[in-house]
Formats: sequence, C-alpha cells, structure tokens
Amino acid sequence: MQGPLIDTLARRGVTRRTFLKYCATLASMMALPPSVGRAMAEAMAAAKRPSVIWLPFQECTGCTESITRSHSPTIEGMIFDMVSLDYQETLMAAAGHQAEEARHAAMKENHGKYLLIVDGSIPLGIDGAYSCIGGRSNLDILKEAAEGAAAIVAMGSCASFGGIPKANPNPTGAVSVSDIVKDKPIVNIPGCPPIPVVMTGVLAHYLTFGSLPELDAQGRPKAFFGETIHDRCYRRPFYDQGKFAKTFDDEGARQGWCLFELGCKGPVTHNACATVKWNGGTSWPVESGHGCIGCSEPDFWDGGGFYKALSVPADPLKIGAAAAVAGAAAGVAVSFANRAKKKAAKAAHETTTLDDLEK
Amino acid sequence: MSTAQRVVVDPITRIEGHLRIEAETDAAGKITSAYSAGTMVRGIEIILKGRDPRDAWAFAQRICGVCTLVHGIASVRSVEDALHRAIPSYSIPQNAELIRNLMIAAQFVHDHVMHFYHLHALDWVDVVSALKADPKATSELAQSLSSYPRSSPGYFADVQKKVKTFVEQGQLGIFANAYWGHPAYKLPPEANLMAVAHYLDALAWQRDVVKLHAIFGGKNPHPNFVVGGVPSAISVHTTGGGQGATALNMVGLQTVANVIKQMRDFVDQVYVPDTLAIAGFYKDWASRGEGLGNFLSFGDLPSKGFWDTDSYLIPRGVILNRDLSTIHPINLDADNEIQEYVSHSWYKYSQGDAQGLHPFRGETELAYTGPKPPYEHLDVDQKYSWLKSPRWQGHAMEVGPLARVLMLHASGNAQARELVGMTLKTLDVPVDALFSTLGRTAARTLESKILADAMQGWFDQLIANIKAGDVRTFNDQYWEPSSWPKHMQGVGLMEAPRGGLSHWLVVDDGKISNYQAVVPSTWNAGPRDALGQPGAYEAALQDNHVMHDPKQPIEILRTIHSFDPCIACAVHVTDPDGEELVQVKVK
Repeated sequence: MQGPLIDTLARRGVTRRTFLKYCATLASMMALPPSVGRAMAEAMAAAKRPSVIWLPFQECTGCTESITRSHSPTIEGMIFDMVSLDYQETLMAAAGHQAEEARHAAMKENHGKYLLIVDGSIPLGIDGAYSCIGGRSNLDILKEAAEGAAAIVAMGSCASFGGIPKANPNPTGAVSVSDIVKDKPIVNIPGCPPIPVVMTGVLAHYLTFGSLPELDAQGRPKAFFGETIHDRCYRRPFYDQGKFAKTFDDEGARQGWCLFELGCKGPVTHNACATVKWNGGTSWPVESGHGCIGCSEPDFWDGGGFYKALSVPADPLKIGAAAAVAGAAAGVAVSFANRAKKKAAKAAHETTTLDDLEK
Repeated sequence: MSTAQRVVVDPITRIEGHLRIEAETDAAGKITSAYSAGTMVRGIEIILKGRDPRDAWAFAQRICGVCTLVHGIASVRSVEDALHRAIPSYSIPQNAELIRNLMIAAQFVHDHVMHFYHLHALDWVDVVSALKADPKATSELAQSLSSYPRSSPGYFADVQKKVKTFVEQGQLGIFANAYWGHPAYKLPPEANLMAVAHYLDALAWQRDVVKLHAIFGGKNPHPNFVVGGVPSAISVHTTGGGQGATALNMVGLQTVANVIKQMRDFVDQVYVPDTLAIAGFYKDWASRGEGLGNFLSFGDLPSKGFWDTDSYLIPRGVILNRDLSTIHPINLDADNEIQEYVSHSWYKYSQGDAQGLHPFRGETELAYTGPKPPYEHLDVDQKYSWLKSPRWQGHAMEVGPLARVLMLHASGNAQARELVGMTLKTLDVPVDALFSTLGRTAARTLESKILADAMQGWFDQLIANIKAGDVRTFNDQYWEPSSWPKHMQGVGLMEAPRGGLSHWLVVDDGKISNYQAVVPSTWNAGPRDALGQPGAYEAALQDNHVMHDPKQPIEILRTIHSFDPCIACAVHVTDPDGEELVQVKVK
C-alpha cells in the first residue's frame, strides 16, 4: 500500500470505518483471523487497482446480474475502488472493435497479472461455432485470455461444471473451464447463480493474498461450500422431528416444516444459502417455501427431478430420543443414494451418446 | 467516407447475450442493409425433452438471467394451460395470481430502470463531460425536474469528485475506449453529471428492490416457481412455526410494501423526469429508427385469472402499419397465424426451409452452415443466425414496451393516454414520434410508471385476502403427472420486459415431447424470412440516416439498445427427432 490507508480511502470517497467494517466482516465470514481484515483493507486500497477481465460464454447473464446485487462490497464500490474491470460485456461502454481493443490492451499491459473471470460453459461442437464473439470461438478466446492470467475464477455452475448447457444430452458439447485450462490456478464458484457475497468474498481474498482461498475436491472455496444446506437449515429441527410439508400450502408448509418430501436437495448440496441467505439477508429458497434444487452441485440438472424426494425419511410416528442421530444418518444415506443415482444417470446418458455415434 | 463498406459490430455490448450486427453502408455512410445475428446457442429445449413438465420452469428460466423470472412463469403457465385445456375447471388460487403479478411488475420496473441507466444511458450520456459540470447548477437543474431528495449541490460535488479521481487514476475499466467526446453526445455537462449520479443511485436502488423477489421466490436472480401456484406459503396467521416459519410473514409483507414504495418513488422522482429531460436534447432521434410499424402484444397481468384475457391490464392484439384505429385479434391455435421461419437461420426443416411452422408443430434441427470460426463476415445471403424468424400472418412484428404502450393507447387505457399525451407535449413532438428509437425508449419509461402504480392495487388485494382468512397459494389437484391425460398441450403466454413471450408445450405420458419458446428478442432480433422481409432490428437500422463515423457505431448502438436485446432468450431450438449429439473432446 502506498501512503497512509486513510488518505487513500478518503480520496476515493470511502469512509475508513465502512471499509474496515466490511473487511472485518468478510474475514470472519471466511473463518480468517481478525488481523486479516486489516490486511484485506490495505490490499484493496492499493494504489493501482488489479485488472480483472470477465469473459461471457454460454451463459444467461444471471451471474453478472447476481454480482450487481452484492450489498457489501457494492458493484460500484468494486468498480471504482477495488478492481479495474477492464472487460465486462454487459456493463462496458465500448462495443465491437473498441471493446475488443480494450480487452487486448488490458491483457497486454497486465500480462501474467490479471484475474480472469469466466461465466458460461464452452461448447466444443462444430469447431466452436455454437458460441462466437467477434467471429471467434469461445475456446479460442478462453485459451488466449487464460495464457496471461494469474488465476481464473469460474463464475457460476456453467463455467465451474458445464451447467445447464451440459445437461443431458449436452447438444453443443459444452464443457467447464477446468476441462480446458490445466496450467492455471482455478477457483470454482458454482451456483445458478452464485450468492453475491460468495463471489465478492473470493475476489477480496484473492486481492488481499494474491492467491486463491482453500478449495475442496470440486475446486470450491471451503469457507462457503464446506457444509450442506441441510446442515445449517433453520428447518432442520422439523426434519429431526419428522415433520414434513406435504404440499406447498398445507398447514405444515405454513408452519415452516421440512421440505424434504417435496424434493428438497439440501442434504446433498454444498452452499452457503442457509447461513448468508440472499439479497441482503432477505430470504433464501427454503425460507420462501421451495426446496433447494441443488444448483451448486455438478450435474444437478440430471439429478432425477426437483420434486422427487431423495429417499423415504424416518417414520415420523417413531420419533424417539435418537431422532437427531437417525435424521443425520438418513441424510448421509440419502447423500450416498443420490450420488449413486447421479452416477447411474450419467452412465445411461453416456451409453445413449455412444450408441447414437455408432449409428 | 468515400466508398461503400461493411460495418461489423460484434460484440454488441450492454445487452444480454451474444449479438452481432453487420451493416452495409453507402458512400455517404448511410445504412442500406442491416443484418442481425445471434451467435450463441445452448439447446435448452432439446435438453427439456423427455423431462417432467413440472421441472421445466427451472430449465426454461435459465434461458435468461436478466429477465430472470419471465421464462419461469411462462413455463408454469404452459403446463397449467395444458391442464386447463384438458380439465376446464383447473385454475390456480387468486393469491398466486396476485403474487405472480407483483413479481412480474417488479421485474419490469427493475429491468427497465437498469436498462435505462446501465445499458442504454451511455449511448446518450458522456461520462467524461460530467467533469466539467458545476455541481450547484446541476443541483438546480435536478431540483427543477423533480422532488428527488438527493439533489443537493454537495451530493453532485461528491459524485463528480468520485468520477474525477477515477479518471485521473488512468484506469477507466468499463468506461475505457468508448465514444466520449463524439459529436453525437448533446447533453450539457450538468445533465451528464446528473445522469452519472443517477446511474450510481440506480445501482443501489436495484439491489434493494429485488427483495420483493427474494420474499416470494427465495432469491434473485432466478427466483423459484411451482406449477399450480407459488411456492411461498403464507405464515401470517401461523403460530408455533418457530424461527419465522416462512418468509411470507408480517415482516416479509412489510418488506414488499416498502419495495413497492421505493419503486414508485424512483420511477416518479428519477426515471420519468430523467427520460424526459434527456430526450429533450435528442429530439432528432424521434424520427430515426422507425422500424417495421407492426406491433404485437400477448397481453398480461390478469385480475381474474390467466384464462380471462378481458381482465388483463395489458391487452392482447396486433397493430399493423402504425394504424392505431384497429386492434387485430390473435388466434393462437391457427396454423397460419404464428409461425417460425428458418430460411436464414442455422436450422433445417424436414419439409423444406421455405415454409413457416406453427410452434405446436415446430421442428428444428441444428444445421450450422456458416463460416468456420474465426471469421470476418457472415454470408448474409444464406443463413446467418441462431435465431429463427417468427411471423404473424406472414408479417414481421415488433414486440416490447412500444407495442404495449400503443396497445394500451389504442384500447383506451386512460393512464396510458395521459402519459403519452404529457410526453408528446413536454417534448413538443407529433404522435409519429412514438415510432422511433426515442419513442421505444420513452415507452419503456411510461409503462414502468403504469406497472409500478398497479402494484399497489394487487398488494392491497393480497392483504385483504389474508385478512379474510384466504391464505391459499397452491392448487395441489393434478400435481402428480400420473393424474394427467395421456396427451395434452398448452401455451404459456406472458408479456416480458422485452415483449410478448410464448412457451409452447406438448406432453405425452407425463413427459415433455415438445417444448418451444418463441421469445421477444426472437421477434425483434430475428433474421430475414423466406420472403426476405427483415426483422425488427434490421428494419430499424435501415433508417435512411447517415452515420457520423461508421468506425464509431454509436448510432447503431442507440437504435439496437432501444429494443433492449436479450439474445440468450432469443435463440431457441427444439428437435423432435434428430437432436445432434456431439462428441465432447477436450482440446
């Protein structure tokens, strides 16, 4: 950091208190020691804002929309104070050649240093003609941009795992970023879309330490994807008591009973919805009466139906003192059952694909 | 400019999705022919085939994350319409209709404000010029336009300081390499500074007002829906639920009430006055980008249920050749009314590409014949887009805010007539000015006002129902596909922010056998049809005006942005027989 932190902040119209508060909150959310909050503040107030290049491939713009809903930091706070967002098609003023020139200039000037964000999957069918920008395939553009990137953020389930374009029968041959790029640090931030604070939290971590946070086996930051929705769900006590809503507006639904029998995928879904909630802590899917659809897990689109219960839960009439343990055990069993189902579905799909190709 | 040339703008930025415009200009720089190409396809309708129709909304919703709820609602309506056609007594509870209306209207107002400030404004507002503004004079200008409480000199001075610091740092980010200083920018520095301030305010406003979607749908983007009603159970009268039971409790309802007020305040105090003030400097654009002159609306926002079209706030119908004296009815099921063509689209029809097909009988096969990427130009004489070309009785149609405002006006809606009259009078332009780039942009603002005001009535009705003990939000009859007829079909219609939307569904044995989305931006952004008739974008770009500098295509951006393109929406494919499976090879 150049110069006293407070001067830098004041010059940018940010109050010291607000900024430190944000950094401290973020550090605690990511289970980092309190001193890290200050380090984050200093890194984010650095004299030159780090270059960020955001490439949109087979996407719906939901991930971009989601990050504009971030309450802390705000999108305008990020653009003006934290990063230099040098290419972002939805927000940038320039178009056509001027937009492409801006991207190339940023890539050249910050070669080896810029952070690359990708949303959307990459189609490999028909030489990439299923998705082109400026007459070039997504694959071509990704390879070029990845080469000079310091690290890559796969934003959303499409970039992380292939997402909806990859759902059976994957008509365009869609793949994820990590299917293509093998020689760069990649963090997956899945979710359809991801929670804004998860997006911004990972960015803040990267800006502070110059490295990605600790990741799980799926390449997801453990701080946000370490637990299941079910683990932290406010309706969990009803699951343990065997109280389940049977339709979307019966007495159980109005009492906030567990949505397991209506198909909730909370027990097999790793994400932070149940703790950080959505849209400034207003609500989240289960609180608003719909089961979790599992949108941050790989291949959740082919998981067997959003309203099919994962398995038959414990009989509500036989609840005893060990209900909580039984519930937890059922959850684990369900998790394995679902994985098996997914595997079977995937295998069936692969068979179909090969059969068709043989014809 | 000395010779004719081909102008290519790709990517068109500040839109949803991947859009390419190729335009041929004459020696003077006038666009003689324009071609609109969607360059990304995912095949969501292929993916939907064979699935549970109750799951379809979640897939269809991912068509677009900007107009994030419209495909979800159109999809659940398509299943409900299929059930209603088979079992006429089938309906959904009034509370569910009211909640959907509130969510739809909130989507419109949110989407339109974001389009105006974050996608469209930079075509008209020169950010760099705002540095030359006098904050005190800006405050006086803003206060002369509205009672918005944040219009103090200090507020504008702070915004100006923020922008100045940003520019002086030399890292322009999303504002880099744009068209600042272009002679097409006409606003004085003070108006530019006011607009930049409101660009930032609108960003803050939008993340608050989506809380309405979070209450009813659990999150935004991509809130949740359910066939047969809404998933958000009302827990107002509930006792013993513990920890708030559901989001739709008294606190949640209060949040909704607050959001409605925030929406109405921002539209009245910022969006409407800014539109009129900015439009006043661009009256030349009231006679540019006129387009087709044919308008279609499916209508929406029922007060007595989806199947009582007379109860819609926005009426259904067609206007031809700018003749507002006649509203033509739409026959949804007639084979020769709504049809899609693929003569210039990368698809193949089994009976030949020259005919049009009704969506219930629509067939599609991905058949890319364009150049292998990387390419310089598309072959516009052949096929050149992943978008199809929808037509009504053979006519190319414009859909969207202008179509709806014209429909409201032509059908005698008093508020629409008053607002249109006020706008024309304020700007001192004739009625014909509506058919233009500026008219399209103004119509978007005016309908935001109509819808934001209407939200209060639906909310009051919802509260009255809850008070009277009616807390039904879901119809569980016929929830299980095993209770459905073996074969059924239905169409989910709605007005989305960008125009008339229709999802056409065929169900056999409880599974989707055909799914086709005919989407607003397909009507507007589609390529030429079998007769060579251009789509709405193409027609609007061929507006007989000279571009200042074809290398800086700000005129193209203005007209294209006036439609608010949503291209991921517009590209759709269904394939009853020959879906193409490609081998996934990681290169």
